Amino acid sequence: MRHLMSPMDLSVEELAKVLDLANDIEKNPEKYAHKCEGKILATLFYEPSTRTRLSFESAMLRLGGKVLGFSSADSSSAAKGESVADTIRVVSCYADICAMRHPKEGAPLVASMASQIPVINAGDGGHQHPTQTLTDLLTIRSMKGRLDNITIGLCGDLKFGRTVHSLIEALVRYEGVKFVLISPEELRIPDYIRDDVLRASGHEFTEVERLEEALPQLDLLYMTRVQKERFFNEEDYVRMKDFYILDKSKMELARPDMLVLHPLPRVNEIAVEVDKDPRAAYFKQAQYGVYVRMALMLSLLGLGVDLC
Amino acid sequence: MLEVGRLNEGVVLDHIKAGKSMTIYRDLKLDKLDCCVAIIKNARSQKMGRKDIIKVECPIDTLDLDILGFIDHNITVNIIKDGDIVEKKELQLPKEIHNVIKCKNPRCITSAEEQLEHIFILADPKKEVYRCKYCEEKYRGHRNK
Repeated sequence: MRHLMSPMDLSVEELAKVLDLANDIEKNPEKYAHKCEGKILATLFYEPSTRTRLSFESAMLRLGGKVLGFSSADSSSAAKGESVADTIRVVSCYADICAMRHPKEGAPLVASMASQIPVINAGDGGHQHPTQTLTDLLTIRSMKGRLDNITIGLCGDLKFGRTVHSLIEALVRYEGVKFVLISPEELRIPDYIRDDVLRASGHEFTEVERLEEALPQLDLLYMTRVQKERFFNEEDYVRMKDFYILDKSKMELARPDMLVLHPLPRVNEIAVEVDKDPRAAYFKQAQYGVYVRMALMLSLLGLGVDLC
Repeated sequence: MLEVGRLNEGVVLDHIKAGKSMTIYRDLKLDKLDCCVAIIKNARSQKMGRKDIIKVECPIDTLDLDILGFIDHNITVNIIKDGDIVEKKELQLPKEIHNVIKCKNPRCITSAEEQLEHIFILADPKKEVYRCKYCEEKYRGHRNK
């Protein structure tokens, strides 16, 4: 039985097969509409997340399966003090697969160690968010035609932004990827990503503060939101939250084929006027998120790509 | 030097940095053993000036010696059988460490669920980097405490 804790749990070959399956689901959704009949997905969300939870639920419903779960710790047995391990032992009796989001880092791993069913990490604190990474990779590969030889700018909260950490770890496995890390001094990429992932892999990367400086060289711009829930101090959050705003005038500095990605939800970091720009790919990205979660769940349930 | 009786079977930990023997006593959980333990502090040493020594009279497999590699790989481990040194064990960095050091990341699940084991994995043997199994936070404390 396989779980998914980090995008690195899948080899490059396995990942390519999952993305192929996702593309096939996109083209032939009717072929997969009944694949998960009789299967149940448990969505155990200990912190609020409309988007990821609905994406998982939509994915299972589109496969013909059913869904149960909770969407905040208050409405779960965690409020009574139950451990993650005990919760998953019980949920293993009710469902066939589980997606877990938890504010504490490593909670889904604890669950996977006690679980009788596949566990998917749907985001654990500032640590990992592997299905967002699969979504990002599927979007890039589908819209750019490749995952290698790209220059990607990652902008905003690179310190706490788990989507950024996971995406970097996943992309260093491909040749010729260049990274431009755009952030204020206080939200720079953590040392372990800079040293153990970027430097260790030998990929080219630069760190800049000004978005305008980076834009002309990018094939992709990955914007992130400064997340209030990651700050212990309100003052720091207020100072950082509007540091970057991508608007029409900044988009004029970008290449005509540069794509703008964002894990969503956005707040102020992308002006609404950018939505009409054909390079704005973030809503399409949300659509790809459903396809890739369908492909992943099929595979972890032994109904898709062989992950054994 | 102060004389402590010879061991018949057990382990002698030599060349412990002076003053560190009680830390090792705790980390090896020697307080939980029902056997004879001798701690010699500040013994004279040609190599180190001063050193600590621990002698433990017990079957060899009773002790988790791997953890010593994490604490201080300069410690000499002498295995004693029938009153003689039969092996000088080379210390290596353990691949996993259980419940010796704690994850200090306030966002780690171990900060919320106290019954969880604190597990650290050797992530980079060359740089001797350990990371929390759950949140992957690097251990930043001093190993030779």
